[in-house]
Amino acid sequence: MAIAGRDFRELRLDDMSRNFGTVNALKGVTLTVRRGEFIALLGPSGCGKSTALNCLAGLLTLSGGSIWLDTTRIDRLKPEERGFGMVFQNYALFPHMSVRKNIAFGLSMQGRPKAEIERKVDEALAIVRLGEQGHKLPGQLSGGQQQRVAIARAIVIEPPLVLMDEPLSNLDAMLRLEMRAEIRRIHDVIGSATIYVTHDQEEALSLADRIVVMQSGEVLQVGTPEDLYVRPARFEVAEFMGYRNQLHVAAARAGNRVAIKAGGIKLEGTAVEPFVDGDAIAAIRPDDVAVAADGPVEVKTDASQYHGDYFYSSGHTADGVELFFRSDRRLDKGEPVRLAADPSRVLVYSGSRP
Amino acid sequence: MKADRSISERLWAIAIWALIVFFIVNFLAMIATVVLNSFGTRWFNTWLPAGFTTRWYYSAWDEFQLHDVLVVTFEVVGAVVLVSGILGVPAAYALARRNFPGKRAIVLLFLLPMLIPPITFGIPLATVLYQARFGGNISGVILANLVPTVPFVVLVMVPFIEQIDPRIEAAARVFGAGTWRLFVHVLLPLLAPGILAALLLVLVRTIAMFELSFFTAGPGSQTLVVALYYAVYAAGVRAGQSIDAMAVIYMLTTLVWLLIALRFVDPTQIVTRVKKEAT
Amino acid sequence: MSEAALRKPADRPPLRVRLALRDIDGVTLLVLPAALFVLVLFIYPFTYGFVLSFKPKAGDWLANYRKFFSDPFLYDTVGATFRLAIPATLINVFVSIPIALRVRRLERRRVLTTLLVVPITLGTVLIAEGLLIYLGPQGWFNRVLSLVGIGHVRLVHNYTGVMLSLILSGFPFAFLLTLSHLTGIDPSLEHAAATLGAKARARFWHIIMPLLAQGLAINLCLSFVQTFSVFPSAVLLGAPAGATRVISIAAYQAAYEQYDASMASAIAMIMGFCQLAVVAVILASRGVWYRGATGGGKG
Repeated sequence: MAIAGRDFRELRLDDMSRNFGTVNALKGVTLTVRRGEFIALLGPSGCGKSTALNCLAGLLTLSGGSIWLDTTRIDRLKPEERGFGMVFQNYALFPHMSVRKNIAFGLSMQGRPKAEIERKVDEALAIVRLGEQGHKLPGQLSGGQQQRVAIARAIVIEPPLVLMDEPLSNLDAMLRLEMRAEIRRIHDVIGSATIYVTHDQEEALSLADRIVVMQSGEVLQVGTPEDLYVRPARFEVAEFMGYRNQLHVAAARAGNRVAIKAGGIKLEGTAVEPFVDGDAIAAIRPDDVAVAADGPVEVKTDASQYHGDYFYSSGHTADGVELFFRSDRRLDKGEPVRLAADPSRVLVYSGSRP
Repeated sequence: MKADRSISERLWAIAIWALIVFFIVNFLAMIATVVLNSFGTRWFNTWLPAGFTTRWYYSAWDEFQLHDVLVVTFEVVGAVVLVSGILGVPAAYALARRNFPGKRAIVLLFLLPMLIPPITFGIPLATVLYQARFGGNISGVILANLVPTVPFVVLVMVPFIEQIDPRIEAAARVFGAGTWRLFVHVLLPLLAPGILAALLLVLVRTIAMFELSFFTAGPGSQTLVVALYYAVYAAGVRAGQSIDAMAVIYMLTTLVWLLIALRFVDPTQIVTRVKKEAT
Repeated sequence: MSEAALRKPADRPPLRVRLALRDIDGVTLLVLPAALFVLVLFIYPFTYGFVLSFKPKAGDWLANYRKFFSDPFLYDTVGATFRLAIPATLINVFVSIPIALRVRRLERRRVLTTLLVVPITLGTVLIAEGLLIYLGPQGWFNRVLSLVGIGHVRLVHNYTGVMLSLILSGFPFAFLLTLSHLTGIDPSLEHAAATLGAKARARFWHIIMPLLAQGLAINLCLSFVQTFSVFPSAVLLGAPAGATRVISIAAYQAAYEQYDASMASAIAMIMGFCQLAVVAVILASRGVWYRGATGGGKG
């Protein structure tokens, strides 16, 4: 095997591209992953995240660019020569082999002695907490258990990098939460780098050290969960991170704030650089828009949904602009309310690039 | 996996493709030989016939009484298609929609004629038919050919019907459709493509079905393939040009219907005679 | 149901309802015509033939079978048929595997499968007739052989001709069946094996073959049964009085040349028995491999 052990300093994706006929699935992705990092590739369907993962695994060849593991170029290597572990969306457990044999498969391909294989399989089973299920066939296990076997199979070969392709999407909500914590725990225990593909921003926020937001084959932003949550760099990213209010406004700098106008709305916000006066998009989380008796914006309520601690409401201004906001009580349809938002939480993105 | 291939992998790929090409080329060359010979004036010791003519077709028409043979063939095929449809489709519907005791035995009953080859059951079948005075004429040929085709229709239609949501029928009943109207307005349109495909396949298979027709046919009730066999058998050492003319007519008859059938079905369905579920 | 019936829940429900609970009603009866047909025209003749084989023209109830196994002209046919059927089956099924492996990812697969359906559709009689000319001493095949220096080879009216015709008519069937089994294997299983370090050969032996074994067994059974029943090509293209005197010829002659229906049935039964025995052996040996689903889990 060409690459062994977890001893690498960084994985570098250099302008990675992949085309399918006329479709550019990946348009020059550049990224550096450090040892031990948990990276999430986040984006909607079709953004290229699974394509990127398959290119990393070697299941797809690159149309352009390169992949480096420290100083070794690896994008020309076949998947069986790269030594990465991979967990597939449908688990891809070998149906004709027992759990133990599934997990042992990678080690037996390496030709390790039998005693060593047995020991490592026991260790892996212990890490994923499946000690008793070793002799069962995959068909006899539940979804969550199958998933653990898939993870054990990928980590037992002690790969420098573990690739996960939406591993939780086939589980029900409760199991998903439980397995999410398990995946992070296992990552911390074994210390490999993990690249995790998902379309669920909540999953990415809770699991990752850094998140790579992708759309249409391009990287929109790379940052820590907090960076992306509080300071999304582009309005596409903001949209994906839950900034549901997206207003088309006219914006002009006023001191260290930005004054924005749209129909009956007049607010102050914070510019996201680079910024130029003119047409812009203002993005605000519904959580950051509150009912305030002296608020600058007036809306007529459309709906009010119960969310436990608060109500998730929507309304529209006199000019028909729709806004989503929080309220402490249920608002009646048609009820007029005044809204306010903290300027530091109103992010203004320039419509035209400088 | 589309990573770069090594030399040995390329060689292996070339070898495999060479095999495929060899097979297809030889097959097509064989067909071409038959066709050319049927149009050739004389063909001896040369790569191509000496000259070309169509007179063998006329002579074959007379010599082998092809008009009568073709009529018989289409009568047989038509009857087989019709009857296997009438018997098979309702049976398939019952099997698809009802899970009655003894269902497995009935399914096995329909599987057997497909698994056991025509010769093995053909001789006892012919014996019985001759005893019942059906042997040696067209009714015997039709009956014999129905034995593998009725189960075939059933086995092809069952998965097709199972795919149709039974709630559609329930909805029709809720809205007041009696059984006859349910059949005509709901079931028949939904089943039509499947029935068409199945019957086309039956048609193609029956034209080519040799053994069963051979064992039950009399002088006036030979299908085209049986007549072809006798012609080649009688010729012995070398098939003459008129025999090849007949062969070409046979090929055209089969292939025309095959092409029509292929517009509706995948080629693989012609060979899948058994249910694909693992036993 | 009437109100009177509802007021007496302890009584047994009427027959119609009881039957309907077990899924027996008017619709179920639709299966009867076809089932009866198969019973009358398949099961009955088969049992009739079986019984008839024990009622020979002369001698006691085993006379037919004794005659078969004591007359070399008759019992040699079994060997001759096996000598044709077994190699042809093995070739057709096992050669189809590497070819199907190579072809399964092709985009234009349908062209190939359509081409391969043609030999099956045309049938054994036409193929025998065509090969008589094509492989004959004046045919193109021998001409090409002479051209490349190999010289004329006797390919008709012998074992070789029949074998070639069995391959020509049998290979497409075996191939299409193998292809459909192969494409039923989840491709992500091979991807997973590759990421775990399995090279192409290891993927074939550890993943593909075990999952294919089930379908292979069925393929071998169906192909064998087909080749064992060889008849028109053995007569037209082979040496029906010699090397390719197969068991179906013996049965045919007993029925239509000697008018001995009892003996013919006996031979047909022996033929059926041989086929059954081989099928049983094949199916019994697949327990060595895996049987079950070919997917990779939820997904």
